[in-house]
Amino acid sequence: MKHTISVLVENHAGVLSRVSGLFSRRGFNIDSLAVGETDDPAISRITIVADGDEHTAQQIEKQLNKLVDTMKVRTLAPDELLARELQLIKVNATPSQRSEILTICEIMGAKIIDMTANTLTIEISDSTVHLKRMHDLLEGYGIKEIVRTGVIAIQKGSVTIK
Amino acid sequence: MIRAAEAMVRCLRSEGVKVVFGYPGAAICPFYDELYRSDIHHVLVRHEANAGHEASGYARITNKPAVCIATSGPGATNLLTAIATAYADSIPLICITGQVSTDQIGCDVFQEVDITGAAQPFVKHSYLVKDAAMLPRIFKEAFYLAGTGRKGPVLIDVPVDIQNTLIDFEYPETVSMRTYKPTVKGNPMQIKKICEAVENAKRPLICAGGGIFLAGAEKELIEFAEKAKVPAVSTMMGLSLFPTDHPLYLGMLGMHGVKSANRAVNECDTMILIGARVGDRAVKSPTFLAENKQIIHIDIDPAEIGKNIPVDIPLVGDCKTILSELAEKIGEVSHDEWLSELAEIKNDIPENEETEGFINPKVFLRKLSDRMPSDTVCVADVGQNQIWCCNNYGIKEGGRFMTSGGMGTMGYSVPCAVGAKMAAPEREVIAVCGDGSFQMQMMELATIMQEKIAVKIIVMRNNYLGMVRELQTKGYGDRQIAVSLDGSPDFVALARAYGIESERVSTMAEAEEKIEKLASSDKSYLLECDVYSLESTL
Ligand SMILES: Cc1ncc(C[n+]2csc(CCOP(=O)(O)OP(=O)(O)O)c2C)c(N)n1
Ligand SMILES: [Mg+2]
Repeated sequence: MKHTISVLVENHAGVLSRVSGLFSRRGFNIDSLAVGETDDPAISRITIVADGDEHTAQQIEKQLNKLVDTMKVRTLAPDELLARELQLIKVNATPSQRSEILTICEIMGAKIIDMTANTLTIEISDSTVHLKRMHDLLEGYGIKEIVRTGVIAIQKGSVTIK
Repeated sequence: MIRAAEAMVRCLRSEGVKVVFGYPGAAICPFYDELYRSDIHHVLVRHEANAGHEASGYARITNKPAVCIATSGPGATNLLTAIATAYADSIPLICITGQVSTDQIGCDVFQEVDITGAAQPFVKHSYLVKDAAMLPRIFKEAFYLAGTGRKGPVLIDVPVDIQNTLIDFEYPETVSMRTYKPTVKGNPMQIKKICEAVENAKRPLICAGGGIFLAGAEKELIEFAEKAKVPAVSTMMGLSLFPTDHPLYLGMLGMHGVKSANRAVNECDTMILIGARVGDRAVKSPTFLAENKQIIHIDIDPAEIGKNIPVDIPLVGDCKTILSELAEKIGEVSHDEWLSELAEIKNDIPENEETEGFINPKVFLRKLSDRMPSDTVCVADVGQNQIWCCNNYGIKEGGRFMTSGGMGTMGYSVPCAVGAKMAAPEREVIAVCGDGSFQMQMMELATIMQEKIAVKIIVMRNNYLGMVRELQTKGYGDRQIAVSLDGSPDFVALARAYGIESERVSTMAEAEEKIEKLASSDKSYLLECDVYSLESTL
């Protein structure tokens, strides 16, 4: 089972290595990890998507809480979160295929950000499921490269994690 | 303005530090230069691991963070085993290491090692100091972190140029960390639930762990157990919480424990784990336990609860306040039937045969403990000698037993005993070790002589890495490899070479006389005991 965990930490040197070190030491599997400053530059937010059963998820939360630099840990329930991931996709595109791909991008909510004689570079930000569909649609043209940020997530509604 | 190195010393003095254990080198020289000017007593160990173990012994007796020091590179890496050992047993240490100059960090210069990186999995927290002005706050935080919540080692790595920087010094009076707030008080609802569960249980049992020492809750534990009339077993780390002959006490549980304790564990209906983490050596199959009994788990560390065993009633908080509340709130109960059943098992102690020309270590340790004063501190090393000690060295009221429980680090006993003796010079301190483990720490005989302290050492000489030999015998078709200790020296001659009184004992007939000599000497003393090589652990 996938768990999306939002962690607020002191923005100190070495914090990220403490967090990632914890996952490897305790044998927790990370699918993705995204980190960035919050509105308070002294605090960073780390969004982690991890794989494991309920017991593992609980342990991850408790062990993260134990790190001295951790301010808050919150596992987001799937139905309460809005999750997004940004991907940059470089896909083969002959001149005759361009308009087809353009239509796909329009329908899927993606943007073309660069182009050469036989490639297009596409930017898309959406849920993991949606990105998977985009991937399937483009696969036939030949995907040359994908760069992805990892998932970030926020709660629905007016509640916040601060 | 003062030199940051002086500020470090002043930080230690502000924390009430009187003794530090360490080994110098270039990268920590400015700090040593300031120690030279201070009244803090520095104990020169003969290997950095022992600085950590000695600080550990000191910390366990004072129940406050103790300080060990090493230089950069090899000094720091030598310290690692001791840091990991302390972490496994939640012992509060402040580990100070020198580091190469900040402008050289990352350049692989002489004696550079990323020690905060290397130690990361087994420190409670660590600091690589990059701004000298932060030092006072870092020290304040480090002592606070090491000594509160679930205790543990904190590492402060200080580059040599930082030590030489001039700073304004003021030691913070208080510490406030927005990210660290250990839970101290137990939730009243849960306390009520526990009282009800214990009152309603037919066969309740306490499992007491090392966390109770760390919380300073020894008295509260006994009060609760006696008032609730609940029998108790202890983990290895919890040994000496109860005097061995306490009517409610059944001994150490687990793989190397005693029959009475393990039977009590199997037959109880409610188990109250206190400051114990349900380690694999203590509880082999936690799920089996959990399926058959009600489990109550009290611990300061929320992450321990539910980690190794599913729990029915969890309670996070400081054992001292929780146990005193439990003792106060628990109603009138009696578990007479259960207690008398257990009393019968307890009296069923197996006979030990004696092998001619050898010391029977089990009988010997019982005799030894009979002779020693009640407040003696006994430190067991690792191996068969440790288990013999756990199950046979009798603890009297006020006595203390210590060992490396979580890591099982060979070479722990003598340095730990040195630290304990420095912390409690008025108490007798004995280290019991094997002939293998003694050879991992015998350099500390020099520290003992240099410090002129009286530490009593028992070396159980079976000429083998006995515990591994036994494992090979039982589990690997007796194919013995790398367990014979041929080539070991005459430990009596060795001790004497250091100027330490020493004798050998090979027959039980002489045991009492030799024990008397050891016990009545006011100096250090090493007694080498010839033990039959096939003597079994249990
Ligand atoms: C530093 C370290 N290395 C290896 C081990 C594995 N080990 C556990 S017990 C043991 C044998 C100890 O031999 P000795 O000190 O002679 O004690 P005995 O079992 O013979 O009483 C060994 C090698 C360990 N626990 N610690
Ligand atoms: Mg041996």
